[in-house]
Amino acid sequence: MNARRFNWPIWAGFLLSLIAFLSYFFVFVWFPVTRDFPWANLLLFAIAAGLLLVGVRRAFSTGQSSREDSPPKVGDRPRPRRSKIAATVLTTLSVAIFGFFIFSIFIMARRLPASHSAPRISQRAPDFTLSDMNGRPVSLLELLTSPVNGKAPRGVLLVFYRGYW
Amino acid sequence: MAKFEEVGIRPVAISVDTPELSRNLAEQAGYSFTFLSDPKADVIRRYDLLHASAGTNGQDIARPAEFLVDSSGTVRWVNLTENYWVRARPDQILEVAKTLR
Repeated sequence: MNARRFNWPIWAGFLLSLIAFLSYFFVFVWFPVTRDFPWANLLLFAIAAGLLLVGVRRAFSTGQSSREDSPPKVGDRPRPRRSKIAATVLTTLSVAIFGFFIFSIFIMARRLPASHSAPRISQRAPDFTLSDMNGRPVSLLELLTSPVNGKAPRGVLLVFYRGYW
Repeated sequence: MAKFEEVGIRPVAISVDTPELSRNLAEQAGYSFTFLSDPKADVIRRYDLLHASAGTNGQDIARPAEFLVDSSGTVRWVNLTENYWVRARPDQILEVAKTLR
């Protein structure tokens, strides 16, 4: 039967690896709990690895173990070569996806400049003047003195971000 | 972000993006706080936050960083993340903000 010959764990494992990779950037990055450490994604990768392992065993099994206690069925025949090739290729791709995930989250993202001369606590924040989104020049001094909610501000939170270019 | 303004803190976002790009971003996301544009990364350099050639086309951009500056211009809290997926959480900053006069 076709359904028995179809090695679904391999395909499910591969798809789950893809989902485990992409879901970080599209879903889990929006929640601090799953963003700061990608445990949800690592869990998905672990399940994917389990499925791939089952799939590889199915692809490379000779089918003898089940022949001993049950009459031979079509599905028990050794799998064709293309099934083994598919298992190998999909597992390799999944490992590559996992490797790329680890690289982008744990290595690439930590390649940040040291910023040793960035202003520290109790130092003065260097003044500056920059254009706001309407092109009007705004200085730090102005930001610190013009009212927030009708009152003099207690302070300014400067958030430097990578931007979208 | 409205929570910051409630405690008298003005949030200001700074990047190398042009004013037009920031305006589009703010409109799409519904942000009402101040966006400042530092296309030549002069201020980013002055704050030693330059991440050279890290943009998709090799542009110089800012590394993520947050500073809480009190009304006298003194830095009261800094966050220089070591991983750009990890950012300061608003509640951490609000706690410090409440201690400012």
